[in-house]
Amino acid sequence: MNWRRAWTIAQKEYTQFFRDRRTVAATMLMPLIQVVLYGYLSSDVRYQPTVVWDLSQSAESRQLLEAFTNSQYFSMKYRATSMEGVVRRIADGEALAGIVIPPNYATLLHRGKTPQVMVAVDASDATAARTSLSVAQAVGSSVSAKIERKAIAARGIPIPIVGVDIRARAWYNTALRQEVFIVPGVLALVMQFTMTFLSMSTIVRERELGTLEQLVVSPIRSSELMLGKMLPLMTIGYINVTAILLMAIFWFGVPIAGSVLLLYFTVLVFFFTTLGMGILVSTLAKTYIQATQLIQFFLMPSMLLSGFIFPVDAMPLPLRALSYFVPLTYFLTIVRGIIIKGVGINYLWPQIALLAALGLGVFVFAVTRFQKRID
Amino acid sequence: MSVALKIADITRRFGATVAVDGVTLEVESGEIFALVGPDGAGKTTLMRLLCGALAPDSGSATVDGIDVVTEAERVQGAVGYMPQRFSLYPDLSVMENLRFYGNIFGIPKAEFEARASSLLADFALAEFAERLAEALSGGMKQKLALACTLIHRPSTILLDEPTAGVDPVSRREFWRLLYRINRSGTTVFASTPYMDEAERAHRVAFMTGGKIASVGTPSELKAGLHGEIVEVRCARYRDARRALHGVPTVRSVEMFGDALHALVSSAAEAIPDFRRRLREAGIEDAVFRAVPPSLEDAFVARLTA
Repeated sequence: MNWRRAWTIAQKEYTQFFRDRRTVAATMLMPLIQVVLYGYLSSDVRYQPTVVWDLSQSAESRQLLEAFTNSQYFSMKYRATSMEGVVRRIADGEALAGIVIPPNYATLLHRGKTPQVMVAVDASDATAARTSLSVAQAVGSSVSAKIERKAIAARGIPIPIVGVDIRARAWYNTALRQEVFIVPGVLALVMQFTMTFLSMSTIVRERELGTLEQLVVSPIRSSELMLGKMLPLMTIGYINVTAILLMAIFWFGVPIAGSVLLLYFTVLVFFFTTLGMGILVSTLAKTYIQATQLIQFFLMPSMLLSGFIFPVDAMPLPLRALSYFVPLTYFLTIVRGIIIKGVGINYLWPQIALLAALGLGVFVFAVTRFQKRID
Repeated sequence: MSVALKIADITRRFGATVAVDGVTLEVESGEIFALVGPDGAGKTTLMRLLCGALAPDSGSATVDGIDVVTEAERVQGAVGYMPQRFSLYPDLSVMENLRFYGNIFGIPKAEFEARASSLLADFALAEFAERLAEALSGGMKQKLALACTLIHRPSTILLDEPTAGVDPVSRREFWRLLYRINRSGTTVFASTPYMDEAERAHRVAFMTGGKIASVGTPSELKAGLHGEIVEVRCARYRDARRALHGVPTVRSVEMFGDALHALVSSAAEAIPDFRRRLREAGIEDAVFRAVPPSLEDAFVARLTA
């Protein structure tokens, strides 16, 4: 390994990269745009326009509605005076949820009975609807718990509450904020996309130019060429990661619960996968256009299987098995673990080890193929 | 004289095609040697074998005494190879391109500065040192490519069709530079599709179908034709060619500019015969002349033999 030759390649790559303003802009802005888009798009479950038909018109019913409003998931935009009114708002798409409080709501409460409140949710978008329904249930149980406590206090008798009291509690992301979940995902996704794409294009471009042939007959070795090409890409990768994290912290207020150092280390491990994949694609394609199409073939399934959108645990068995071969799956778990849960290497080491093994496998395979192509 | 290139029975196949088929060739130090052949003759493959970019299936070759198969890395450090499409980095300047190759070949900084400035001055590129390579004209790009090839002072340079797609004036200038480099002792091994360039070389090899058909100085090759050329000029040259084709005394008849060149054993005997045959074909305006054979005649005769 001749470090001067490797550094010569790296220097050239830096010069070329920073000379091309458009590429710089695209590479630097793309991740931020993605974070913003995913961050905002995914949090739209909140403040669902809601239509209310309150037949009780009591202090108690107002209290209940206030609890719904305080959850931040429901926004009481419309009042209805009939069931038809409720249905029409939802059918028109003006409201995504409807709450109907019966006329005897307050009376039943006073008699110590359980009144029934109807919450209807437009479930066209199943994900949003699921969130609304579970929030509604949570609001319901917290209100009844409060009423019970009040009733008991009023009688002045310390009667223990009987029956099963299930208290589901959200851990880690206690506020159930989607951004908190999405930011680490976007970080992983951007790392995969940008790095794979850049490493592919830096090689395919040289092959198309014909400069690769010159390098082949120069004294430079494949390992030096690879190292020289990877160094600048890693720099860009780390700039991207840092930008995304700063954005997450200062824009979305997503805290990083775990060790930033560990996060940066696992990013380094992930580089082997992404750069290896890019090199692999570059050996399979003859032209840039072919390569860009081929790369989708790798990136799309790995995004879908990784758990970025659909939870891996909910996948049918064959797909779940397949997802264990997708490096992004592990990286996502690791990044989410560090950022959201704040767990350390003692919990994450199996994932990191598997990611490293997969990454090295891809990388070594790609570099070997690349050497063969040179011959 | 020592031998710069020694190629011994070298063969390289790509699947079922034999691109280079048992080529044996020697190029002496200090020669300008031209490798001429039609497209697909195997010239590029031979070049790549010589610089160690491809491994041969059989046979061997040495460049300046270095074995290209077992010591490919040393060969690559020693020779200067300019591929057919030598590409510069378009987004780097002239100087940056040169420096890149200087560093790849491990040339010390001080030595590089001296070498680069003398090359740029010799090649009339000094005033464009800061210009991006993409903004250079075709001829200037070619010169810069040659400068990059020479940056490490190779004693032998392998040029694969170096002037393809370059205008005639720039080609002439390029060859002037090659002579200059050659005078300082560098062996030049260049492939070319252009006959006029081959005429400028000290020695020429004809390559066709992966084999070397003949080797010699341009005059030897022309003499090796063992025949004379009759130039035929007329308006209906296509009809004339048809009329002369297949005549027993005519070994070949080809278009040559706006005339026909027929290869015959004796021009004096052939001309009256030609006149009679063309008149029978209804061509009255034909003018005949015995001309000295060109390298192209020798080449075409070889190909059609």
